[in-house]
Amino acid sequence: MSVPMSTWKGTAPVRQGKIARDFHKNWFPYLAFVPVLIWFIVFCYGPMWGVLIAFKDFKPLLGFAKSEWVGLQHFRDFISGPDFGRQFRNTVLLSLWGLAIGFPIPILLAIMINELRGRFFKKSVQTITYMPHFISIVVICGIIHIFTQPYGLLTNLISFFTGATANRSLLGEAGLFRPVYTLSGVWQNMGWDSIIYLAAMSNISPELYESADLDGAGRVGKIWHITLPGIRPTILILLIFAVGGMMNSNWEKIILLYNPLTYETADVFSTYVYRRGIREGSFSFSTAVGLFNSVINFILLLFTNAISRRFSETSLW
Amino acid sequence: MTGYKRKTSADVVFDIVNVLLLLIITILCLYPVWHVVMASFSNPTRLSTHRGVLFAPLAPSTLEGYKVLLKDSKILTSYRNTLVYVGLGTLFNMAFTILGAYTLSRKSLYWKKALMVIITITMFFSGGLIPWFLLVKNIGLYNNLWAMILPTALNTWNMIVLRTGFESVPQDLEEAAEIDGASQAYILFKIIVPLSKPVLAVILLYYFVGNWNSWFNPMILLKDRERFPLQLVIKEILVQNDTAGGATSGGTQIVVSSVQGTTAYRELIKYCTIVISTLPVLCIYPFLQKYFTKGVFVGSLKG
Repeated sequence: MSVPMSTWKGTAPVRQGKIARDFHKNWFPYLAFVPVLIWFIVFCYGPMWGVLIAFKDFKPLLGFAKSEWVGLQHFRDFISGPDFGRQFRNTVLLSLWGLAIGFPIPILLAIMINELRGRFFKKSVQTITYMPHFISIVVICGIIHIFTQPYGLLTNLISFFTGATANRSLLGEAGLFRPVYTLSGVWQNMGWDSIIYLAAMSNISPELYESADLDGAGRVGKIWHITLPGIRPTILILLIFAVGGMMNSNWEKIILLYNPLTYETADVFSTYVYRRGIREGSFSFSTAVGLFNSVINFILLLFTNAISRRFSETSLW
Repeated sequence: MTGYKRKTSADVVFDIVNVLLLLIITILCLYPVWHVVMASFSNPTRLSTHRGVLFAPLAPSTLEGYKVLLKDSKILTSYRNTLVYVGLGTLFNMAFTILGAYTLSRKSLYWKKALMVIITITMFFSGGLIPWFLLVKNIGLYNNLWAMILPTALNTWNMIVLRTGFESVPQDLEEAAEIDGASQAYILFKIIVPLSKPVLAVILLYYFVGNWNSWFNPMILLKDRERFPLQLVIKEILVQNDTAGGATSGGTQIVVSSVQGTTAYRELIKYCTIVISTLPVLCIYPFLQKYFTKGVFVGSLKG
């Protein structure tokens, strides 16, 4: 305190003094961050370095250093392999199904909830539609298995409407995997996904609605001209995320629902990584598949973000 | 909104259609859960031949399924494992997330930019499943309690959300405390944390649910069946597509060995399993619901 700042600054090299003073003043936040930093280095940066085994012929017994470099061999094997086309198609199609059905429905639901007047009913609708989000994916898939087994609830329902036999398992048919997977996802997440839109709607100024009333706008008119434009930035950002994450399949769920009979429509890159890597122990090969998948994913994210930035003011960066 | 506006007939029609549609949606959301709960109390023989919807338990209703489950040592062990993993895991989650968010919310850190870069990179790039798996194995966590806790100790997204929450604590309060001679630790635990309760509640719920529902990491990281958490045991009872479980896949008969029985009983037990594993989460979440919008909103996007 007794030494004026300017004098002190003058006697020590400026940069070093700055850092030293920073540590002196902020030692507690830095100390608090040490465990967090270690965690990031070990569990995030460790695997990033480990991704190099995609370019090696990694043998666990030899270890990382002694395993032989093979360049792009695994990538070539994978891309020219028999399953590549099928996995690429399934990864993209499952995501497109999700985008086409799973993306607009939460927006619609949010608008409908937002239009409700009664507080109690509104609250109940929200509580109940959020609920499935909290049920574990294992249990959700368990329920799907029970409902789609021969003479299960859904199987019976479909046979009632179409006349098809009820003595079949819906999960055993490749042609039904995408609808079962997508619609159950909508069931589980539409309520939860609508929250963010509801939050955005609550930020729209009531004055806009009042002046629309004076202009004699109807309910649908107000939704179209005020509510939707009001949540446009939110919709766009979530759309960028959704398109950018298209190559990220929800593989935990696919693994719980698919079986060899439905690989034709259900097997995606990430489930393939799991089967070849964890279960069969082809570590290098499956790492290459995973790396290929994330590279495409990153390019897609850059691309979507660029498009969005070009056509609207909304972008991630 | 506007209170003085008269309702036109078009408005009335709109409201009726809207309410009806939402009623249908709500029923569709609720029904599968209701069906499962009712089935779990039903007479197993009648249940196995029952077709169609189920609004009440099929008489004579029974608690037999629950009795069998709660006597099964494998279920009980896995339930206890889950409690340990969820308790310890969530504790670590909260500690790491609070510490990280605190540091990143400080305004005058010389290295803050660098730290943010280190963290942001991990949100766009990762090594992928296999390198991650090998790493966890190499540092000796395979088939170990800590494998359920340390690799998932932090979620970057949650940390960023919490940082935004911490940043919104009024600066004046912290400065006033500083002038009074409060230590930085005191400011963190007595001012910042108590004032951020809504965000903390939401993050706590996310971590709790995530830990409770986790099954994939246990499946690939645990070998001994005595260490399996509930979800993994349930997976073996409910999902027998023989691709998911690999070599460890058992099936109902192994887990619920005490049921000498009929397929009808096995069906009943499936329903009871769903109920006992889902109940805790569904009981907690309505109490935290009021924080959802706030929590999601604080973290919303550009945050």
